[in-house]
Amino acid sequence: MDSIPLNSTKTFWDLRAGMNARVLKACSDCPHGLRMQELGLTQGVEFKVTKVAPLGDPIEILVRGVRLCVRRKEMLDFEIEILE
Amino acid sequence: MVGNPNCGKTSLFNALTGSNQKVGNYPGVTVERCSAPIQLGHTVAELVDVPGLYSLAANSEDERVAAEVIQGKTEHPDLLLCVLDALHLERNLFFFSQLADQGLPMVVAVTMGDLLERRGSRLDTARLAQLLGVEVVEVIGHKRHGLAELREALARNLEQPRAASCEFGFPIELETKVAALSERLARIGLDVSRAEVRHALLNPESPLVASLKDLPEILAYVASAREDVAHLPEIGPSFDLEKRYAWAGMVTKAVISHGTALPSRTDRIDAVLTHRVLGLAAFVGVMYVVFQSIYTFAGPLMELIEGAFAWLGERVQPLVASHPVLESLVVDGLIAGVGGVVVFLPQILILFFFISVLEGSGYLARAAFLMDRLLGWAGLNGRAFIPLLSSFACAIPGVMAARVMPDPKARLATILIAPLMSCSARLPVYVLLIGAFIEPQFGAFWAGFTLFAMHFLGLLVAIPVVFVLNRKVLRGTRLPFVLELPPYQLPKWRDVWLAMYFRGKLFLKTAGTIIVAMSLVIWALSYFPRSEADLARYEASFDTAAHSKATDEELDAARAQHVQSELLRHSYLGRFGRAIEPVFAPIGFDWRISTGILAAFPAREVVVPSLGILFGLGGEADEESGDLRQAIQQATWPDGSKLVTPYTAVGLMVFFALCCQCMATLAAVKRETNSWKWPAFMFAYMTTLAYLGAWIVHMIGLALG
Repeated sequence: MDSIPLNSTKTFWDLRAGMNARVLKACSDCPHGLRMQELGLTQGVEFKVTKVAPLGDPIEILVRGVRLCVRRKEMLDFEIEILE
Repeated sequence: MVGNPNCGKTSLFNALTGSNQKVGNYPGVTVERCSAPIQLGHTVAELVDVPGLYSLAANSEDERVAAEVIQGKTEHPDLLLCVLDALHLERNLFFFSQLADQGLPMVVAVTMGDLLERRGSRLDTARLAQLLGVEVVEVIGHKRHGLAELREALARNLEQPRAASCEFGFPIELETKVAALSERLARIGLDVSRAEVRHALLNPESPLVASLKDLPEILAYVASAREDVAHLPEIGPSFDLEKRYAWAGMVTKAVISHGTALPSRTDRIDAVLTHRVLGLAAFVGVMYVVFQSIYTFAGPLMELIEGAFAWLGERVQPLVASHPVLESLVVDGLIAGVGGVVVFLPQILILFFFISVLEGSGYLARAAFLMDRLLGWAGLNGRAFIPLLSSFACAIPGVMAARVMPDPKARLATILIAPLMSCSARLPVYVLLIGAFIEPQFGAFWAGFTLFAMHFLGLLVAIPVVFVLNRKVLRGTRLPFVLELPPYQLPKWRDVWLAMYFRGKLFLKTAGTIIVAMSLVIWALSYFPRSEADLARYEASFDTAAHSKATDEELDAARAQHVQSELLRHSYLGRFGRAIEPVFAPIGFDWRISTGILAAFPAREVVVPSLGILFGLGGEADEESGDLRQAIQQATWPDGSKLVTPYTAVGLMVFFALCCQCMATLAAVKRETNSWKWPAFMFAYMTTLAYLGAWIVHMIGLALG
């Protein structure tokens, strides 16, 4: 994927349906951060937002061939960048 | 049998073992242990279905139990059957890499290969076996494809065990230290897996380091080795995870060849079912169909069961009529008690039919996805939706349905508030009191409104209860809410049938015994003491003059009712009811209502016939009967003031709405939480809330006159 970072660090609050993003930094000491890394959201991995629930949260992301629904507010252990 | 959650493990387990499964609990915890004998060639082995895991690093109780089983701390598996889901191979291989480190012999079963092919991709099983170093069998559980090969592979590997051999690309400097430390530990007789040693070298808080605190020499070695390793350039905090995922990614690329990917059927369905507007509409539609079917189909079946037990009672009665005690014990105690259990079975079976159909088709996950925001606001999560909605029919299937929730704390919170939802057994009480006090004075609109308000009350009270529970009782770290939306598929009827069969059996076995026992206790309390002398005395005390205009027949009936109500009044239950009248007096209830409430603790629907007896109308009264309405309307306190005002009626309804008067629910909670602590807690908090609620209503009533 030819990916150009749009601008600097974002969080999961900034994601919209259809966006591509990459994990910049994952917190390994946070319980949520560690669990999500075990599920494949490791540093440097790219993912796509495939769905946003009708009420805005949770969102579904496609990472490493897996579609995972997560809550935005539980993903704040992650710093991400949004790709074009 | 181990694997990720949703990897097709249960389907494969059912296909391999059939219906002779044993469901129990791991000692002291709420985690279910599901096992079954399996024929492998000439031997019979025990296959244990370990709860689904994403990682061996335990985050929850389920995971800790599963990890301990795999690591041989609680059970000693001879062979691991690792189930890998071909659609999510990369993440499944991450878990595999942790299993491989345990050095246990393994056989791999790959599921979902058919769905992968439908997406136009292919899995090279032979190449995968080569890369993992263990036998790999492709299976499709519900089509019974590959099962024979899997059995053969399992039998072969039980005789000649093979552990996985794969390298995850850890730097050679690290691996030499790991090997050296493993050897030192082996020399002093400690058999520790490479994974644990590697973990100890990378993390100072590793449990292995803690267990070595009596061996300063080794600890010093660990410390110096850790220092050397820390200088390696690529080692960061998530080093271990990243290496494993890099390996998993490589293997996945090597074994799966992608074809041209068309937009899948699942994506097209999801475009509608998770759509902003259509999705919510479809959701409401699906829920409507489910619950309408439960009401429609369970009703006649329940009537049938009630009829059957009434018929049985009538048949048995003449056989035991010679002994009045035995007659009452068998007919009113035993048969009525067993009938009271079996009557819940249709609801449970129908609900579990729908839950397993929705689960098997993939819609249950979508429902959780749609509802999560709404329930998250109340401190729950999307998966609580089905259990709570079911509880409006009956809390028992609701409590049992909470097992779809993997996070134990969220699950417990859901179980604890499920009985606050107004179940169908509360309806007779509402109908009786609204019919007697609200409708005649305030009209049909307020009658309907009261009925709605009573159903809404439980929901409203549940929100602060969850809030307090989450902050005070169920503290500690929560798992993040993670949900996968599996591809849509037709439910496997075999799994649907097995789910209904096991849930039904479990309910009858565990909840059933307790309910029957409690019904017998309440029967005994309301029957004894009773003697010929008492009977004669109560008959003599009947005031014939008050019924001067009655025919002989009416007189006999009235006398029988009078005797019955005197008997109940003087029974242990009645005495107890009068003894605790002062407790209920502050909320405006007299001894008759108090006794009715006490008698209703095992099952709240009992209150209507009990009130019938207590107000001298016999046990045949039901909520529609005008006599009982009238009797309650006209009942007075000894000083002549009205016993039940509209406020008392609302207070009584609030009491019933909030109180945990259902032995069956408590038994189901005991079964689901594997401890008496939570049912006891639930009983205490709900009874307190009920009392407070009724007290507040009574106070408002007094203030407004």
